[in-house]
Formats: sequence, structure tokens, C-alpha cells
Amino acid sequence: MRLLAEGLSARRGEDLIFNDISFALGAGEALVVTGPNGSGKSTLLRVLAGLLRAESGRFRIEGGPAEIAHPYELSHYLGHRNAMKRELTVRENLSFWQRFMGDSPGGSGIDVNEAAEAVGLAGITHLPFGYLSAGQQRRMAMAKLLVAYRPIWLLDEPTAALDAGADRLFAGLVTAHLEHGGIVIAATHQPLGLGSTQSLQMKGFTH
Amino acid sequence: MISLFFRDLKLSVRAGGGAMIGVLFFMTVVAVVPFGVGPDLNLLSRIGPAMLWIGALLASLLGLDRLFQAEREDGSLDLLLMQETPVILTIFVKCAAHWAATGLPLVIASPLLGLFMNMNELAIGATMLTLLAGTPAITFIGAVGAAVAVALPRGGLLVSILVLPLAIPVLIFGVSAVYAAIEDPAPFLPPFMILMAITLFFAVIGPVAAAAALRHSAD
Amino acid sequence: MSENSLAIRKFSDLANPTRFLALADRVLPWLAAATTLFFVAGLWLSFTTEGDYQQGETVRIMYVHVPAAWLSMMCYTVMAISALGTLVWRHPLADVSAKAAAPIGACFTFLALVTGSLWGKPMWGAWWVWDARLTSVFVLFLMYLGLIALNRAMDDPARSARVSAVLVLVGFVNIPIIKFSVEWWNTLHQPASVMRLGGPTIDSEFLWPLLVMAVAFTLLFFTLHIAAMRNEIWRRRVTSLRRQAVRNAGREAQAL
Repeated sequence: MRLLAEGLSARRGEDLIFNDISFALGAGEALVVTGPNGSGKSTLLRVLAGLLRAESGRFRIEGGPAEIAHPYELSHYLGHRNAMKRELTVRENLSFWQRFMGDSPGGSGIDVNEAAEAVGLAGITHLPFGYLSAGQQRRMAMAKLLVAYRPIWLLDEPTAALDAGADRLFAGLVTAHLEHGGIVIAATHQPLGLGSTQSLQMKGFTH
Repeated sequence: MISLFFRDLKLSVRAGGGAMIGVLFFMTVVAVVPFGVGPDLNLLSRIGPAMLWIGALLASLLGLDRLFQAEREDGSLDLLLMQETPVILTIFVKCAAHWAATGLPLVIASPLLGLFMNMNELAIGATMLTLLAGTPAITFIGAVGAAVAVALPRGGLLVSILVLPLAIPVLIFGVSAVYAAIEDPAPFLPPFMILMAITLFFAVIGPVAAAAALRHSAD
Repeated sequence: MSENSLAIRKFSDLANPTRFLALADRVLPWLAAATTLFFVAGLWLSFTTEGDYQQGETVRIMYVHVPAAWLSMMCYTVMAISALGTLVWRHPLADVSAKAAAPIGACFTFLALVTGSLWGKPMWGAWWVWDARLTSVFVLFLMYLGLIALNRAMDDPARSARVSAVLVLVGFVNIPIIKFSVEWWNTLHQPASVMRLGGPTIDSEFLWPLLVMAVAFTLLFFTLHIAAMRNEIWRRRVTSLRRQAVRNAGREAQAL
């Protein structure tokens, strides 16, 4: 399975945010997108997730499952916000996404309790999500990546609000995902602590 | 899909949810009417069905703006839009859950308010039946307004303004079906059938339009 | 500095409710027993006395209707005093009391409305008339429901207590309106016949069961109120234990 981006560009209002971005990623490969604030990292990820329309260019998948039309159907997207409800318990949140998303072909998600354990927060899944601190909420949002299987992870500033220990823990999760043939595209300021990765430097578009 | 339905239902019943507020607003609106028009029982029983319908219409508009905005604020909307399942189906299920949490209690509360309005048993039954058939249409129309206004700050008022004109046909046929049931010469079925047709029509059109609006309002 | 004041407030928060819990445990069985006793006596009296020659058997509704209506007003008065306690004396139990009383008051008001409606149908020929007494009681019912909704809408009990205390005090205006509505306006609802200057005008045959039922209802209210306050204190403790558990979970993970 290969992910191909060919000449992607995106526009917000009248301004081009970025222009002519191309890359190719195979199974087990990661792409780290870096660049200053406002250089279009988040926009790029939202285009890849199918949430924004690209102005030009194509993003497609090669050799994936036959019934999949767009790469985003095979993707997890972890944005700035956690996509969890404060009023529901952690378990209700996670098992909702598990059942709602279902597994992509080629893998299966893990149990909610195991996922909570994998992010180091076992034993508090029965509590409302709103009780958790910002860092704990972020970690539970990462547990969401584990409960439903998706080969592609699109991560936007995944380690914001995390301390060094959680940073390492998360790097471990990403490495494990890559070892199982997954693909990770992450926008970040900090090094993720990953091994072999491609990197894409966004400079921002100037006229 | 079923999990989405129950999640939304749970959210609306949990603390801070809007299920109870809607019924309370409905009761308050209807209870205010006699202060305005005076406590004449004959007059009240004549305008009762119309008042119940207007109250139900306003009450079901109340929580609509949160339908997609709450999802957008915590980022869930992105994930809902990204899935393999058609967005139209997702929106339909969300509407169904919203109606079950806010519209259905209105229908159940309506006989009580009918007693307050001194309506007879037939009028109460007819009002309840038409509300049951008609309020889903308001939710489906409202979904379009909620989707259009999802990215706006203070979209709540705007949703009501956008949706009210579209909901007028529902009100017209709902109320005329009730009056047809009470007053003998007019037949009950034709306006009631049209009401059902409107609901079914919007059950299809609403999610389609809302899906289109959500796709384009993504930022 | 801020941490220090928080700790002290927390401590006084805990000390008083603990004593209250011990007291509630001792008092509740006695209250419950007295309530049952008075209810048995009251119901027996109400069903054995003769019916009114004009109203027939329906007069017995009075024995439930009138005490429930009294209680609906008394409960609001209790809430208003608690609201004063929250705002003026800052008593730690006051907001617990106000919050616990709201659903009970709503139930008594609902009971008064329903029994009144059942009584009104044979007497006035309609389930409901928009007369001053009935309307103001209905407004009271809506106020109870609004307060419950307000309490539920806010996460932080301390903040919601202040806000709803203000609302309770503003809403207290309604209580004298209900009480005197039947005297100020000439309405269908009969004027007060028990608690009035110059002695009751009601026949003693009806008065006795009514008074016994009134005592029974009042006892029932206090039983329910104390039990509800106890539950509310427990609920808050469970919440703070859960928040504690979340903080601990973070520490363990950091130690790893």
C-alpha cells in the first residue's frame, strides 16, 4: 500500500496557503511535517483528511483495499481538539468511537481497557472525561487511535499539552504502529523521537 | 449507527443536556397565553390547538443550534465526516436522536397542556397525533439551518430565523388537521396526509442539504 | 496564599456536613416512623368521616390537596431561607438544603395541581380554570422546574448554589401572591378556611383529619428533605473522590 500526494495546493480565501506539495509514503513509513506557525501544516493535514478541498493536485492510495474510494476513509485524524465528550465517561467515549468507526480491513482495534492501559491511564475509564486534566485528555484521545484500526494516522500537533514521559509513551505507540505496516503523517514542532522518517519542511507561501 | 443514536440520547439526558429545557419552555410559552388573551375558557379551547402547535414549534427550535455546533467545538464533527458511512445517514441518525430527546417529550407533554387549555378529548388526541407526525419535520428542517450556521458565533438566533419560515407549512397543515378533526364538515385525513408527506419529504431533503452544507462550511 | 484559603474552606466544608450526616442517621428512622404513624391515622380518619352533603365523596380529595398545597409553599419558604443562608451567612449546608428541596417541592406542587384538577372537574366542570390561585401555583411549579434545570445545568455546585439562591429569593415574591390571591381577587377557588384570623370556619369533623394529614405531610417533607440532603452530601463526596482518583492516576503514570 502506498500513499501518493501529487502537487497539492490549498487556498484560504484569496491566499494560497501552500503550493505544489508532493510526497510518497510506503507501508511502515512516517512523514514529519515541520515549519513555523502559519506555514500551513494544519491545513495540509485537513486536506489529507478530506476535511478541506485541495485547490489542485491529488492525494490517493495505491494498492489499498478495493472498496476504498478516498485515503481518509482509512485514516485516523487527531486534530487540535480531542473529539471526546466531557459529559460522557471515558469508556463511553472510547467505545462509541470504536463501534462508530469500526475497523478498516487488515487489522483490528484493541479493547478499551487495553487502550487506556497503553496510554498509561488504566483504571479511570469509568470517570467522566471532563474530570481529566488537559494532558490526560490528550492521552485518552490517543487511546482512540488504538480502539479502531486505521492503517493511516494523521496527527496534528499530537504531543501538545503532554509532558516528557507522555511524549516518550506516544513515540512508542507510533513506532509500534509503523512496525505493523502503518503510515503516520504528523505535524509537529517537537521531534517525535521516531527512527527513520521522511520530513517535509513547510516554508509558508509568499507571493 | 445505533451507537451514535444512543450516545446523542445520553448526552441530551446528562447534566447540561437540553431535553428537559425544551419541555419546560413549551409549558411556559403555553402557560403565558391565557395571561395575554384572558381566562375565557371557550376562547382558550378554540385557540388551544394552535397555541400548542406554536409552543411546540418554538420549543423544538430551542436546542437545534447545538446539533452540530457542539460536535464542532470538540472536534467530533471532523471524525463524523471522515467515515466510510455516508454523511447523510449520520445526520439522519443525529436528527432522529435529537427528536427522540426533545421532540418526543413535547408530544408526551401536550395532553397535559391541552387540559390547561380546556380542550376536549378529541382535540387533545388530534393535537398529539399531529404533533407526533409533524415535529420530526421541524427537526429535519432545523438540521439544515444548524448545518448552515455551524461555523458562526451566535448562530443560535440565526438558526431560528432561518428555520421558522421553512417550518410554516408544517404549522399550517398540523393546525388545520386538528381543526378538521374537531369541526365536523372538514375531513381530517387530507391535511394529515399532507403533513406526513411533508415530514417524509424533509426526512430526505434535510439530511442531504445538511450534509452539503457541512461539507462546505468545513474550515 | 490561595492554596491556603482553599484548604481551610475545604476543611470547614467537610467538618459540618460530617456532623450533619451523623445527626441524619440518628433522626431519620424516628422521623420516618412518625410519618408513617400520622399517615395511617390521617388516612383512617379521612376515610371514616362522613362526606359533605353537597360535595359527596369528592370532599375527601381535600385531605390530600390542602396539605400538599401548604407544603408546596412551605418548601419554597425553606428554599428561600436556605438561599439567604447561602448568600448571607455562607453556611456550608445551606446550598445542599436548597438543592435537595427543589425536587421535593416540585412533587408536592404537582400533587396539589393534580388533586386540585381532579377535584375541580366535578365541582367546576373543567379540569383547569385560569383563576388567580391556580395560575400562581402553576407558576410556582414552573419555577421549581426551572430551578431544578438550573441546578442540573451547572457543573460546579458552589457556583450554581449562588446563582440559584439569587433566583430563589427573587421568586419568593410569588409566595404571598399565592397565599393571598384568593382574598385579593374574587375567584372560583374558595378562600382560606383553616388558617385565618378569627378561627377556622371549617367544621371540626373535617378539621381533625385535615390537621392530622397536614402534620403527616410536614413530617414526610422533613424526612424526605433530610434524606435528600444526605444523598446530596454523599454525591458531592463521591464526585470529589472521583476527581481525586483522576489526579492519582496521573501521578502513577508519571512515576512509571
